[in-house]
Amino acid sequence: MNSAAHLDATFAALADPTRRAILARLAAEGEASVLELAAPFKMSQPAISKHLRVLERAGLISRSRDRQRRPCRLEPRALSEASAWLERYRQVWEGNFRRLDRLLERMKSKQATANPRRNRRTTQ
Amino acid sequence: MTLIARLTIDTPTDREIVMTRVFDAPRQMLFDAFTKPELVPEWLTGRPDHSMPICEIDLRVGGAYRYVWRGPDGQEMSSIGVFREVVPPERVVATERFEPSWYPGENVNTTTFVEKDGKTTVTLKIECGSREIRDEMLKSGMERGVAYSYDRLEAMLQSKRR
Repeated sequence: MNSAAHLDATFAALADPTRRAILARLAAEGEASVLELAAPFKMSQPAISKHLRVLERAGLISRSRDRQRRPCRLEPRALSEASAWLERYRQVWEGNFRRLDRLLERMKSKQATANPRRNRRTTQ
Repeated sequence: MTLIARLTIDTPTDREIVMTRVFDAPRQMLFDAFTKPELVPEWLTGRPDHSMPICEIDLRVGGAYRYVWRGPDGQEMSSIGVFREVVPPERVVATERFEPSWYPGENVNTTTFVEKDGKTTVTLKIECGSREIRDEMLKSGMERGVAYSYDRLEAMLQSKRR
């Protein structure tokens, strides 16, 4: 997979709340088997296995091949690539919205000057 | 997925990006800030060293808009699209594509404004035309992001806030 296709798979995998919960659990507990992961969910083991396959394809988890219970383990690299992109995107938009906050303050004081009888709302 | 300060960004499906932010102003003001050509260049510049020298908005269904950004090196990038829905001061739906085109096809952006107790929640939903478009958008976003110093942005924002 090239990097864009890889990111696509990562975001698709992260779009599901069950899969995000599985990742959170693996992040907290290190590794767990399918049975252990299925326990807190009202879901069959095959349904959980399907989610695990999506996570595995996206490179978000790995599964041991040689042990009987095939425990799942978090692979943090794919997740950090996805969150690094979101973080950059977020910062650009935070910048836009902070400038917008300041514009709104200017608009509010202008409106208060234009309509002195209206109550001026204080914001700070 | 990401929740820092007051801006939330989520990727609910493999084609969408959804951003939500609360502003301390009535929604008519937010609607104006998002749709008036004299106000948009004041804030939608993306990066502190970029400006928006051209902003044309024909705010009606079927009407077009064009934003042109200029970087410190004089390089320009445009965003163009057509309005599909205009419901002041609640909702705007518009198509969007970039020139020079850094990904094929176009996005559909839905902006909604909900006011409660004098504060307005703005939700911006970006629907990419296909998974391929989003792939390209993500890749491009990453490449662009690398060259950009966010420390500088933070420093500038801090100094302006004082």
